Amino acid sequence: LRKNVEDFTGPRERSDLGFVTFDITADILNGKNDFIFDWNVKQLFLYLSAEYSTKNNALNQVVLWDKIMLRGDNPRLFLKDMKSKYFFFDDGNGLKGNRNVTLTLSWNVVPNAGILPLVTGSGHVSVPFPDTYETTKSY
Amino acid sequence: IGSSALMIWKGLMVVTGSESPIVVVLSGSMEPAFHRGDLLFLTNRIEDPIRVGEIVVFRIEGREIPIVHRVLKIHEKQNGDIKFLTKGDNNAVDDRGLYKRGQHWLEKKDVVGRARGFVPYIGIVTILMNDYPKFKYAVLFLLGLFVLVHRE
Repeated sequence: LRKNVEDFTGPRERSDLGFVTFDITADILNGKNDFIFDWNVKQLFLYLSAEYSTKNNALNQVVLWDKIMLRGDNPRLFLKDMKSKYFFFDDGNGLKGNRNVTLTLSWNVVPNAGILPLVTGSGHVSVPFPDTYETTKSY
Repeated sequence: IGSSALMIWKGLMVVTGSESPIVVVLSGSMEPAFHRGDLLFLTNRIEDPIRVGEIVVFRIEGREIPIVHRVLKIHEKQNGDIKFLTKGDNNAVDDRGLYKRGQHWLEKKDVVGRARGFVPYIGIVTILMNDYPKFKYAVLFLLGLFVLVHRE
């Protein structure tokens, strides 16, 4: 699992807004190291989430991007230059200068019937945010 | 059968910690994962932290109908106070428009439970009973017959 990111923070009066672009290369496997789709896996809900701590909040988690994969789709992801689907607002100004923002890819397995597990992929990427706000970049 | 069914139900409530350990999906806002009529099994243990990606069943203050959506954002304080935002998989936007006026976040108290497992279709019976009273009376009548016939 490999992700490359470029990021910056836009100035907002009240809360930091982060901008992240990323690549994802991943094989989604089950616990036995086989490709995940089997007779009882109807779909996967994949999501890329950012996790970090700030002065205001001990734990923040923000979903940046998600995708539904149905059985029959390719369980190998090869995405480039993706922009986040959802606005990455902090609850405050905790993104500026934050060196410890971690991106992780996780998925919810939806069976035809049965348990709904949440699985976190191995491999995560740290995204350090710069100390200054970006005013000129267009997104 | 009535009292053993009630005991199982109460037992489920205790084990899962939820007042409604089983709910029926009422809308298509979580398709293609869940459809109207699917049955969801919930737990609501206080120790289970609320994290993004989880499917929560919550109630908006003052409204009766519980909503089943996914957690999109959380901000949790050191002391465990948490505020979070939800969104239906099949909806284009997050749920802020559904919350109460002026309410921007959900809190632990709004949560009925977390979806841990599901069975498709079965709950359609309760939806049919709700939408078609004649069907409900027919089901109750048949249940009543069944109990009468099997009385020991």
